[in-house]
Amino acid sequence: MENEQKRPDDGATVCETVEVGQTNAKAKKAKRKWTNNKNQWKAWLYLLPALILLLLFTVWPIINTVRMSLLKNYDSMREIGGATFAFGFDNFKNIVGFYRFKDCMLTTILLTVITVPVSTMLALLIAVALNSIKFVRKTLQTIFFLPYVTNTIAIGMVFMAMFNMIGAVSGKEPDSIGIINTIIEAFGGTRVNWINGGSGYLQNMTVLCIYIVWNALPFKILVLLGGLQSVNKQYYEAAKVDGTSRFRTFWRITVPLLSPMIAYVVITGFIGGFKEYSSVVGIFGPDMGPGGNHAVDTMVGLIYESVQSNQGLASAGALILFAIIFAVTMINMYVSKKKVHY
Amino acid sequence: MSDNIENIDENEVAPEVQKVDQSKLMKEKNVDAVSKKQVAMKVLVQIGLYAFLTIMALIVLFPFYWMLMSSVKTINEYNAVVPTLWPHQFRWETYKVAFERVDFGRVFLNTCFVGIVSTILSLIITVLSAYAFARFDFKGKNILFAAMLATMMIPGELFTITNYITVVSWFNWDNTFTALIVPFLVSVFYIYLLRQNFMQIPNELYLAAKVDGTSDLKYLWKVMIPLSAPTLISITILKMMGSWNSYVWPNLVNNDKAYWLMTVALRAADWGEGSNVDFPAQMAAVVLVTIPLFLVFLFFRKYIMRGVSRSGIKG
Repeated sequence: MENEQKRPDDGATVCETVEVGQTNAKAKKAKRKWTNNKNQWKAWLYLLPALILLLLFTVWPIINTVRMSLLKNYDSMREIGGATFAFGFDNFKNIVGFYRFKDCMLTTILLTVITVPVSTMLALLIAVALNSIKFVRKTLQTIFFLPYVTNTIAIGMVFMAMFNMIGAVSGKEPDSIGIINTIIEAFGGTRVNWINGGSGYLQNMTVLCIYIVWNALPFKILVLLGGLQSVNKQYYEAAKVDGTSRFRTFWRITVPLLSPMIAYVVITGFIGGFKEYSSVVGIFGPDMGPGGNHAVDTMVGLIYESVQSNQGLASAGALILFAIIFAVTMINMYVSKKKVHY
Repeated sequence: MSDNIENIDENEVAPEVQKVDQSKLMKEKNVDAVSKKQVAMKVLVQIGLYAFLTIMALIVLFPFYWMLMSSVKTINEYNAVVPTLWPHQFRWETYKVAFERVDFGRVFLNTCFVGIVSTILSLIITVLSAYAFARFDFKGKNILFAAMLATMMIPGELFTITNYITVVSWFNWDNTFTALIVPFLVSVFYIYLLRQNFMQIPNELYLAAKVDGTSDLKYLWKVMIPLSAPTLISITILKMMGSWNSYVWPNLVNNDKAYWLMTVALRAADWGEGSNVDFPAQMAAVVLVTIPLFLVFLFFRKYIMRGVSRSGIKG
């Protein structure tokens, strides 16, 4: 990126290196003059549709979100009717003081800090394993990518069906305990009320984490495997000659060489984790909890809840979420800059 | 080995001879063992790798298997105390039920319409913008481009609130397809992707075309677009999949069933209450939603993976 921005005269990469010296500089100058005179307005014309839409649906929302969040008791319908609102930080106070705010925050943070390391580790193991086999590798690669090309809400409903107990009214023996509980009992465990009415936070979160990891694996495997395939084989040859153990090779060669890709999937994983919403809707429905009790509601869920009714509150929530995502991304980038090994 | 040890014990009288004998034996055995050990290790590692990958693949595939099997079971069999891994009898009528409950035909057409229109318009806008950024020099170009990239950091939820007001209260677009299409036509990421692609095309082609008197638009159409076809295909597929999978926004702005998209209809369909939930029908509906995605994936695997590995965000 930086590279390209430093060169206003982009594009002619190949030929530029061939034609060196004065001719090049002259041509550049001539070209710039010519473009400046003739093509300024043309460029803006080409950009016009994108710019209008960006102004309306991207720039204005940024300004307006800040504005709405700072207006007391803001209501868009009343504003259209001509009402004005006093300036104040009430929306921020109200959303932080909202009785479910802490729970939503906790759920969001837990989902992120559990699923990102677990899915990254698993994806790394699978990618390394895929990279060290030949037979049926393409097939396995396709299988591992399948969860990506699915509908988060649709497959969430499948997970719901798998963990669901049918006819589980309190005190009554359920008609069917669901496939997962059947498997657990087959291995000598005891059945668990995962997602039905009366189920606990821990059980709900377990199901969510399993689903989110399942869903997050394909992208991470794809990126990490891509990275592995571009690693220079010589490092491994050298390690082999030195008699380095596999475990050591993994930690001392594979992980450092892959660190840029690992950093990439971790950063995008954190951003996605803080925006978790659809997986919860898929499994628990739009009311974000067993029996619609909001037990595993997330920050985004909280924001969407008030989009229609209280936009000031929703804006404050969105800005808080943005601040968190921004801070976490910065920390991630800082850490990876120190740790990432090229 | 055990034979050797016994030997030593028995012939304690002459340890010297035994020692020499044994060390020689050990050496030979070692050389043999190392190569054997290496081969054995290699085989073991491969077996371990395949075992690990197979188990993981089964875990990844199981939800799909369960979805397919559940969708053809009768309700009674589905609700049985012990779930069956393979249905006793296949009940295909479930798909008819699911099709009707979701109003699949209408929702399918809606989704395709929104997907196709927004893809075409989005491609036009993206191509024009990427062209402007890649080929023209104008004042403020770099600042504008950097500012556009900076907006990619902001979570979409932040835009949703104001866009909801804009679309519903200002434009009165609630319960229209316009509301589903217009706000998402510009994707900074796609512009960025295509610009990178355009910039790899040597400028000399452009200058040559200019000398020949080709117009900018003709050059764009005849040279740039064909040369960037893979990226454009990636964008098309990801955009189509996006409208197939979108849930939050359509759910927010369109409450009239006539304008529902696939995912909203799937989630909102009436599957029954409490213990009367028709799970087989629900799973059949999920199959109906999933199969088209798999088909697209099978045909365009390369393009999807290419686009995905660079974007990082689903949907």
